[in-house]
Amino acid sequence: MKALRKYLDKVKPQFEKGGKFEKLHSTFDAFETFLFVPNTTTHSGSHIRDAIDLKRTMSVVIIAMLPALLFGIWNTGYQHFLSLGQNPGFGAIIGYGLLKVIPIVVVSYAAGLGVEFIFAQVRGHEVNEGYLVSGMLIPLVMPIDIPLWMVAVASIFAVIIGKEAFGGTGMNVFNPALLARAFIFFAYPAKITGDTIWTGGLTKGEGVVDGFSGATPLGKAAAGAIDNLPSLHDLFFGLIPGSIGETSKLAILLGAAILIITGIGSWRIIVAGFAGGILMTLIFNAFAANQYMTLSPVTQLMMGSFMFGMVFMATDPVTAAQTNRGKWIYGFLAGFFAIMIRVFNPAYPEGTMLAILLMNAFAPLIDHYVIEANIKKRLKRAAAVVKS
Amino acid sequence: MPKTIKLSKGLNIRLKGEAEKSLRETSVGQYAIKPTDYLGVFPRLLVKEGDSVKAGTPVFYDKYRENIVFTSPVSGTITEIKRGDKRVLLEIRIESDGKFTSEQFDTLDPASATREQVTDKLLKSGLWSLIRQRPYGTIADPANSPKAIFVSAFDTAPLAPDYDFIVKGQGEAFQAGINALSKLTNGKVNLNILSQTKAPEFLNCRNAEITTFNGPHPAGNVGIQIHHINPINKGEIVWFAGVQDVITIGRLFLTGIYDSRIMVALAGDMLKSTGYYNMRRNACIRPLIEINTLGDNIRVISGNVLTGTKVEPNNFLGYYNSLVTVIREGNYHEFLGWALPGINKLSFSRSYLTWITPEKKYSADTNVHGGERALVMTGQYEKVFPMDIYPMQLIKAALAENIELMENLGIYEVEPEDFALCEFIDTSKTELQAIIRNGLELVRKEMS
Repeated sequence: MKALRKYLDKVKPQFEKGGKFEKLHSTFDAFETFLFVPNTTTHSGSHIRDAIDLKRTMSVVIIAMLPALLFGIWNTGYQHFLSLGQNPGFGAIIGYGLLKVIPIVVVSYAAGLGVEFIFAQVRGHEVNEGYLVSGMLIPLVMPIDIPLWMVAVASIFAVIIGKEAFGGTGMNVFNPALLARAFIFFAYPAKITGDTIWTGGLTKGEGVVDGFSGATPLGKAAAGAIDNLPSLHDLFFGLIPGSIGETSKLAILLGAAILIITGIGSWRIIVAGFAGGILMTLIFNAFAANQYMTLSPVTQLMMGSFMFGMVFMATDPVTAAQTNRGKWIYGFLAGFFAIMIRVFNPAYPEGTMLAILLMNAFAPLIDHYVIEANIKKRLKRAAAVVKS
Repeated sequence: MPKTIKLSKGLNIRLKGEAEKSLRETSVGQYAIKPTDYLGVFPRLLVKEGDSVKAGTPVFYDKYRENIVFTSPVSGTITEIKRGDKRVLLEIRIESDGKFTSEQFDTLDPASATREQVTDKLLKSGLWSLIRQRPYGTIADPANSPKAIFVSAFDTAPLAPDYDFIVKGQGEAFQAGINALSKLTNGKVNLNILSQTKAPEFLNCRNAEITTFNGPHPAGNVGIQIHHINPINKGEIVWFAGVQDVITIGRLFLTGIYDSRIMVALAGDMLKSTGYYNMRRNACIRPLIEINTLGDNIRVISGNVLTGTKVEPNNFLGYYNSLVTVIREGNYHEFLGWALPGINKLSFSRSYLTWITPEKKYSADTNVHGGERALVMTGQYEKVFPMDIYPMQLIKAALAENIELMENLGIYEVEPEDFALCEFIDTSKTELQAIIRNGLELVRKEMS
């Protein structure tokens, strides 16, 4: 490590102002701070600082997403061979999954980070760690047969419009990973709908066994085939078609546990989201105007990307409500609307993405009223003193 | 039955190098009054190099409040008047003659004195500067009438001195000081003690309303205590003083002289030996530090690691400080430091292992552990900020220099020291204390 440090110290001047590679300063800085914690010492305020930084925070989130990613890789292979009516060994399943998923992850990171590095250099600040998480979230919400060029375009859109246009990490209003998904949904609707996109190889029309439909549970529910839904066992363990990361509720719950135990993800938003979804489902159960509404809360919550959205998307601290009280309201309404959109609206089989984006827009308003209540309390206290 | 207030939010930072409870003597010849210790004061010199002074002789006064003078802590000669950029007065250096003679201020029993008499004596002796006010943290204005006066009898900051140990045997002076302070307000003198305290000097104090506090840092911060007992509304003023400040004031009334003796704790894990030293205010700290450190790459702090000021080893104790901390400078690189398990890393976050061993003590250094970023994580500051105030929103209002919003969110109730823990745990490494100080100065200038 000493040799590496010596080397970096030696080439560093070339990347500073006046050096040969001045224009690559942000890139060099990004790699240097990735390898070595900077040797900056405190010069104002508290003399000692916590060992936590954004890199570690983002690392914890990525670790929380790993179970979903790993299962998604396996499930990709599993669904593919299921559609062919074959039953190969574990190695072949994982091999196929890796072959399909890894390129999507690579493209997402390459495209997104490329844009981030350029913006950091142009603006003259350090490359921020925000995309480390978004870059992993985007593949996890994509259907498996998505063309790689679409992933690249969506990632670039998410970084530029979803983040940099607002001022970079910490300044954005909408969740960038969800924006990537929404972008694909609205910009390439023909490519994203239908049942073939969710199972590897199906879009190309590879041989399909009779009786296999690549339809996701949500797709089936939207089409009215309620009796044909997978069992609770399959829904929970994720042996169903769907976006790469959303199927295994077990993996998602593991991720939620990691986020909550380390305190990185807000438990308030997760619990409130589930509560909102459950309440909406119960309301639907009471009305029971069609078969979709009769689904139990457990089934409803385990279908589609609801759990993935509530655990990984709604909890993004920048775009969620920032006050603790606000988080309860924000999470609850996100879960509430997610189920409402899904059941009511035939055009949107999945309501989670839209519900969360909607609540992203309302989060500042929710915070505003929470703060207003605090301000009013303070003014009332002052007025009471004046009176007495 | 004193009221008990239990606080749950906060964090006790356990560091190695706590000051050993043994009283030591040291001989200090150099002293320096630093006008930079006093917020909002425009110093006007009354002495020049070569002048002889006694303890209590005015050395400079505040340009806009001429009755507030600042006096020498010892008798001796003015050796040097040090200025900085733009002729800012940095230090007025005094060489002690070893005799410690003082100007005479006459004894007075505060219990039977009037407000004017108490104020007059404090102003003349220069001890008025020991009384500060909230909001803003500036020296109190004798023309104001505070709604209450607060004294915090304990300090919960990392490696802070134990005031039970310091006040031992000083009960008479402490009580006299409390009696004097009680004359300065129509309201109460609030003495806030730690629930575990055993000092009779605090427990049996009269003329003061005693409230017991229990909880992690910042329970010892006077601002937090004020918030929970008698919060400051817009337009209200509260005065406060520290334990040793009250003792010094008490001695003035009992003996009629400026007795500048204080006990200073020396702590930190870069020291060969720690302890409590009998010293005087404004003393040079070199005798404490030299030949006592475990290396050269150190940071010497007048005060505690959260709110203190960095000083050179041959510099002088801050007027309001009773602690000198010496820790290691953190100017080193760590390979993949952010990814390692970090068993010996000090962190509030549960992504490290600190929370599993809450009694373990850590070695702290000055490394920032990351670059400065935009505010990303939310809900963190609230965990170590035991006030009914929204810290992040107040910070943003201060950054935006929105005075009305700052007022509405409670700027009058806070000082940078209340945000020190938030700054410590901040993932984005934001300079919160500086932001709050800027906000407070903005509001203070607007309101004056």
